[in-house]
Amino acid sequence: MAEKRIVLSNCGVVDPQDIESYLKGGGFRAFEKARRMKPKVIVDEIKSSGLTGRGGAGFPCGMKWELAMKAKGRQKYLICNADEGEVGAFKDRYILSHDPFGLIEGMCIAGLAIGARQAYIYLRGEYHSLNSLLGSAIEQARSKGYLKDTDIKVFEGAGAYVCGEESALMNSIEGQRGESRYKPPYPPTRGLWNMPTIINNVETLMNIPHIIDKGAGWFSAMGTGRSKGTKVFSVSGDVGRPGVYEMEMGSPLKELVIDLAGAGDIKALQVGGATGNIIPGYMIDTPLSHEKLLGSGAVVVFNSTRDIIDVVYNDMRFLNEESCGKCTPCREGTEVMLEIFGRLQQGEGRESDISTLEELARVMADASLCGLGQAAAVPVLDALKYFYSEFTDRIDQSHYLRSYIGGELAISKEGIR
Amino acid sequence: MSDKKDTTTGGQSGAGLLPKLKSEVEQKGYLSRETLDGVAGQAGLPLNSVYGVASFYTYLPVSVVGKNVIKVCNCLPCEMKQASAVVEGIRREIGIGPGQTTPDGKFTLELVGCIGACDQAPAMLINDRLYGNLTAEGIAGILKSY
Repeated sequence: MAEKRIVLSNCGVVDPQDIESYLKGGGFRAFEKARRMKPKVIVDEIKSSGLTGRGGAGFPCGMKWELAMKAKGRQKYLICNADEGEVGAFKDRYILSHDPFGLIEGMCIAGLAIGARQAYIYLRGEYHSLNSLLGSAIEQARSKGYLKDTDIKVFEGAGAYVCGEESALMNSIEGQRGESRYKPPYPPTRGLWNMPTIINNVETLMNIPHIIDKGAGWFSAMGTGRSKGTKVFSVSGDVGRPGVYEMEMGSPLKELVIDLAGAGDIKALQVGGATGNIIPGYMIDTPLSHEKLLGSGAVVVFNSTRDIIDVVYNDMRFLNEESCGKCTPCREGTEVMLEIFGRLQQGEGRESDISTLEELARVMADASLCGLGQAAAVPVLDALKYFYSEFTDRIDQSHYLRSYIGGELAISKEGIR
Repeated sequence: MSDKKDTTTGGQSGAGLLPKLKSEVEQKGYLSRETLDGVAGQAGLPLNSVYGVASFYTYLPVSVVGKNVIKVCNCLPCEMKQASAVVEGIRREIGIGPGQTTPDGKFTLELVGCIGACDQAPAMLINDRLYGNLTAEGIAGILKSY
């Protein structure tokens, strides 16, 4: 199956610096339509479309909106999460740089639906170079009168992966350390400044104008049971054509990484960033959907020269560095896991390492405050499940290395030399 | 924005703190004790909480950095494409490793988490400018332009 470009339909087609070129292609038609609809009708349309969050968690978008629409507050806020920090993810960078007006239109409609007067685009600090493009797009939309109901501001982050987690993101806007909050309350009832707040991923919001324009039925005809519409993927690693691709939900992984991205030799894949699932190459027929495998849509391909221990070590180094440190299971769990993977890499593995990893993984999944710690052990458990022998090989090798370093006498007694 | 102060979130007293700290970094390169004192005074916040915020974020340095900060991504997709060779290339060219600053104060080298340029791995940022598809040989030319 080829690509199906809906979210990306304007990318490379419209001029991201000129609102006129977006308007010429039917831009803001959906917003004009939404303006004539009651908020509840907009929310119902999104609900029945089956649109789910595209940032990784996959929560039903319409349900979130409904909670915020019904919540009471002097102010309501809409936040576009453009803090794309997942390892291997760059789709939002691509979208923001090619179609900022599509995002603005989606935000205008979301603002109408929940009654938000103020909206923010939380842009990761690493994407500072896109700030002026976004600022200019917002200014053009404002001068055309599209921001009368909901105004939009860009808020730039300062380099913290965990700020992609919605409660940490709100803390960051409030001028605090980007640490996760205890939940409940959830943002739709009490979010930014304790007011009802909706936080949607860039790609989620990009879908909104299309749904309003063409109808929920059109949208929900695409995809699988719980995964409607399309998904935008970022593919990198050992592939011939790394890049951003959009496919209908439920498409097999094989079509994405082999047909589109040009992968050849595939030992394993990680889907969903540093906390994503690691699967062996023979599972390449797995459909990409919330039911099976998806996350934020970041796919990294590993060929047969890659070592899974090295892969997980790199994931864990990142997660350990980016853990906000507020809760113990995540702060200490990632630390111990990093230490274990470091030892395994350096030939100092122990038999007890595997059971320690398994035990820690359970505690972290159950007891961590937010998704970072809860999912940090996902690649570890997958690596143990599908590549167990790589762990035992490393540990056996460690025994050998230790006995060798341990002295000639011990070795000669064993008759090795 | 007139919402009253709330103890669970610190109310809105911190609003604008991050943008303020970022603009200080843009002007002065890093956040010195004096700068943090000034910001804390203006915002009516204790110094420790402003320092706490600054030190949380990678891009808000609280110690001296070079005029240009090189941030080489060392996450999986970049490391798989020889990010370490890029770091070596930089060391050969300007003689510093990760965490170090050149004696003339021109460059600081840092290793950072994913910068969202995995399609152009290995990649780095110098200040805010993105450089992708790097090679150890190509480094010299890039650094000379600074």
